Amino acid sequence: MPWDVLAKTLFIVIVAVAMFAPVVTWVERKQSAVMQDRIGANRADLFGIRVLGLLHPAADVLKLITKEDVVPEGASRVMHMVAPIIAAVAAIISFAVIPYGAEYRFGDSVVNLVAADIDWGLLYIFAVGSIAAYGTVIAGWASNNNWSLLGSLRASAQMISYEVTLGLSVVGIFMVFGTLRLTDMAFAQDATFRLLGFLEAFGWWDPLPAWLGWIRLPTWGILLQPLGFVMFLTAIMAENKRPPFDIPEGESEIVAGYHTEYSGMRFGLFYMAEFIEVIVIAGLVATIFLGGWSIPWLPQATLIGAVTPVFGSGFANLVCMVAHVLTFLMKVVVMIWLQMAVRWTLPRFRYDQVMDLCWKILLPLSLANVFVTGTILLLIRGLG
Amino acid sequence: MSFDAVLFYLFGALAVGSALAMVLNLRNTVAAAMSLVVTMVALGGIYVLLQAHLVAVIQIMVYGGAIVVLFIFVVMLLNLRSDSFPPGRIRALKLLGSAVGIGALVRFLGALGAHLPEARALPEGFGGYRHMGRALFTDYVLPFEMTSLLLLAAIVGAVILAKRRIGP
Repeated sequence: MPWDVLAKTLFIVIVAVAMFAPVVTWVERKQSAVMQDRIGANRADLFGIRVLGLLHPAADVLKLITKEDVVPEGASRVMHMVAPIIAAVAAIISFAVIPYGAEYRFGDSVVNLVAADIDWGLLYIFAVGSIAAYGTVIAGWASNNNWSLLGSLRASAQMISYEVTLGLSVVGIFMVFGTLRLTDMAFAQDATFRLLGFLEAFGWWDPLPAWLGWIRLPTWGILLQPLGFVMFLTAIMAENKRPPFDIPEGESEIVAGYHTEYSGMRFGLFYMAEFIEVIVIAGLVATIFLGGWSIPWLPQATLIGAVTPVFGSGFANLVCMVAHVLTFLMKVVVMIWLQMAVRWTLPRFRYDQVMDLCWKILLPLSLANVFVTGTILLLIRGLG
Repeated sequence: MSFDAVLFYLFGALAVGSALAMVLNLRNTVAAAMSLVVTMVALGGIYVLLQAHLVAVIQIMVYGGAIVVLFIFVVMLLNLRSDSFPPGRIRALKLLGSAVGIGALVRFLGALGAHLPEARALPEGFGGYRHMGRALFTDYVLPFEMTSLLLLAAIVGAVILAKRRIGP
């Protein structure tokens, strides 16, 4: 039994699912309160202790567990039960390929902080995402309710459409980093490049002022593929079906969409899956576009090299590991904040607007991005 | 038995079992479609064991995901419930179909048992996206481009068929 994989899996499950997810439900309430100038979630109290409303997630779980679990008449019992499980499992297993740290040497052993370091990591995420669609689709069908059915029809159309742009929007990243492995992507971003340095390939560098050579930026995906970042974030947020893309549940039109007939912990699983997916998205975007675990302007080798003479190699690696994991978590928190800000800023799209955005704006733009990226890479690297 | 062999038999049994569940389940179309998903994912697992990683992930992404979601989309739009099928379907056709299927299986197993090829060591990076992409864009570039032409024709055809009812 590979114990290190078990330990990493436990770490991910404990940090992401058991610690982050409940806090994210609190962040959702509190951030909306701050943005809307309200006081916000502060009603749940335990013997008069409120801790900024942080007890609300606990109250939520208590309520969901003790609530009556209703299966509507005429519903398909098995499918009704399986649907939320598909949604939650798909959300959780996406974490397997997201690296939360680099490789570290302790004596002879090498520790790399990712549960499954597979060559096609990003494709794995897409594959899991395409299976996740079934959770929503089956839920609406199994409920024997027309509102639910409408919700799941909307969900299936929306999720298939956005899968296309989701895949195409990161092709530019594949071309720039030359890999699909998420750990390699993070390593590739642990470096810097000269601002406008690519002009050297055409011999246009010399006329530029010398101080330009001093400006070095980290090779983050967001700087190399800014359009890709915007498109990927849009598409993956649409995949998660949270506002402003929440037309499958649009409560002003179709009651609660696909989870109208869900109550108790079955609804709780959908709710949980949504918030876990927020964290998955944050981790994924941080890894692909924000350098993953890497600390900007401080590559791993430099950091370890600076600490090793004083404290020895093992301790240097340990320091580096802790610093990297904390950096990664910080980026994840920033991305969660960004998603929440979007969620509480934009109103829900109309159904045709969601589809137009996907097929008429994002798809052509992502194809153009692939073409332009390819042309530039060809010009810089030559035909060799 | 090695761990790979255990996984192979597990995925194999899952694929065959869910395929049978799909074919035999005539009353509930959505459940049949979900059985098809399980078959596709189990096949994907077998492809991973065969080191065909890219094919495996495409199998799950395209067949397991997108295509069957479209099937379910159509089934849900038609909203076929168990009572909308006539009880008696053509017996003779069923029997004929089963006979042909079993005959083909027996023939295949007979042919396979005689000439099982020797296992060879796989080249480095076999079945990965690099290997596959290079092959697609060098040795097989003509079939690849032909396929995209075919798909383009299908898309144009679908748009024309869908748009015909709406006026100019």
